[in-house]
Amino acid sequence: MNITEKILARASGKDKLEPDEVIFANVDKIMLHDVSGPGVIKTFEKLEKDGVIKVDKLFDPSMIWVTEDHFVPSVDKISAENIVKLSNFTNKFGIKKHFKYGMGQYGICHTMSHEEGLVSPGELYVGGDSHTNTTGALGAFACGLGHTDVAYAMLYGKLWFKVPETLYFKIHGKLPENVMAKDLILRIIGDITTEGAAGKAMQFGGDGISDMSVESRLTLTNMTTEAGAKNGIIEPDQKVFDYISERGVTKYDAVYDDEDAQYEKTFEYEASELEPVVAKPFSPQNVSVVRETGSIDIDKSYIGSCTGAKYEDLLAAAKILKGRKVKVRTEVLPATISIYKKATENGLTQIFIDAGAVVGPPTCGACCGAQMGVLAKDEVCVSTTNRNFPGRMGHLESKAYLASPLVAAASAVTGKLTDPRDL
Amino acid sequence: MKGKVIKYEQDNIDTDVILPGPYLKLHEHSELAEHAMEGMDPDFHSKAKNANIIVTGKNFGCGSSREHAPIALSASGIKAVLALSFARIFYRNSVDGAYLLPIEIDEKTYSSISENDELEIDTSKNEIKNITKNELYSMKPFPELIGKIISAGGIFKYKP
Repeated sequence: MNITEKILARASGKDKLEPDEVIFANVDKIMLHDVSGPGVIKTFEKLEKDGVIKVDKLFDPSMIWVTEDHFVPSVDKISAENIVKLSNFTNKFGIKKHFKYGMGQYGICHTMSHEEGLVSPGELYVGGDSHTNTTGALGAFACGLGHTDVAYAMLYGKLWFKVPETLYFKIHGKLPENVMAKDLILRIIGDITTEGAAGKAMQFGGDGISDMSVESRLTLTNMTTEAGAKNGIIEPDQKVFDYISERGVTKYDAVYDDEDAQYEKTFEYEASELEPVVAKPFSPQNVSVVRETGSIDIDKSYIGSCTGAKYEDLLAAAKILKGRKVKVRTEVLPATISIYKKATENGLTQIFIDAGAVVGPPTCGACCGAQMGVLAKDEVCVSTTNRNFPGRMGHLESKAYLASPLVAAASAVTGKLTDPRDL
Repeated sequence: MKGKVIKYEQDNIDTDVILPGPYLKLHEHSELAEHAMEGMDPDFHSKAKNANIIVTGKNFGCGSSREHAPIALSASGIKAVLALSFARIFYRNSVDGAYLLPIEIDEKTYSSISENDELEIDTSKNEIKNITKNELYSMKPFPELIGKIISAGGIFKYKP
């Protein structure tokens, strides 16, 4: 069995599993945020009202954590009330891990999952957000769900899964200077399309992955969602164990591929041949080499989100922005407070402000077009985020080019879509 | 079930256009209905007055996991979506939340059905009857567990 099958087999008490088998598996960790959380609350209320079940206690509150990220800072009365509801809910059910806006560490749920060491290798983790796939880079089965399924897992500690086929992406060699993991995953999505991994696992391996930092690997698994994948996963190694041990996690049960592990298909990529790319509007599969994309004037550069505002992403942007000035509106939103703090301690915040950018609080807001910097009609943005569907980041007739933090920062400096090698 | 068709002849209709991001703060089903398909079809509500089946292409409901998307469609009166394929979370949400029937159809059925056709769907026989055109199509049967969850009325009513 491969790592995905082995985690699902362990969690469902089976010795052996095959792709397409349907199982009920025990869940180890559950995440909800200020969008899926109120959905869970509403689901429980409706179940009680309909006489289906009265929810007095949860399966195990210690396996659950809650973030506030989509609508913080609160945008209006409704979103403010959602945050209050969430606090009442976590108090009532004894959920201790509630990371609140403005009270120390908080941030985007997926980044919190690894920054805070909330998920360990070998675990089965589900979250009420599609980019839950991100955390699979730590060697966990991590899968995004809607709020009904999250509510079910919170109540019963288990959930049904169809065992996915696995697509294996073997990466050889090192990424060249100025090329990032974002370029690699965009290239892959461009090749296999947004339904190329529909319902499947996307596993990454090879010496190119061993060479990569944990944060870079998280960028890969994060965007497996855009290829339709059920989960993205990477076998854990010493880099992962060091990363989580720095965050206080020392006990875990790591899982690896068996020697005879099967994959539905293997794709091979030579990292050294990659170039900076973008996904043009209006799909993440619309991938184009930056140098071949033509002259694109932009109105904004956005460096934020679970995909593109980890410490390493900010470091890459700062490398470009140091000593330069931005020509267009540039927003930098570290994904968590811990990353914000580290960026400040190491002088990155100062570099961004000196360049003329604004540095804002962690939030999903602008990435999903909800708040905190949405795009006007006809505005064009180069963004380190993960989706560029019509209206995703604002007006239906705005446009987002998805790119690495290096491309976003280089474009901020020139006011045009720019390959960092051409600055 | 029986009803008329709204046809969207395109692939990859994502949850951002089905229910745009700014409305994720809403959780009342009737309020979500007001914004259904706001990102792609301003005439959706007038169409949904007379129709309750959406027919569309591949990868319907891709993108975000927002359960708001099937809720908004369901609360607008949509009972079934017939698509060449579905994105996994949308499919799962539709079934586990018992909002609407996600039915997979083949290319031939997809091209045969037109806007405003009246269909009768019989999931017990895996048959779709086109009353307007007097044609009969087959639907892809629901996998065993999915069929049981649908019959139970959602994951919380299903007893494993």
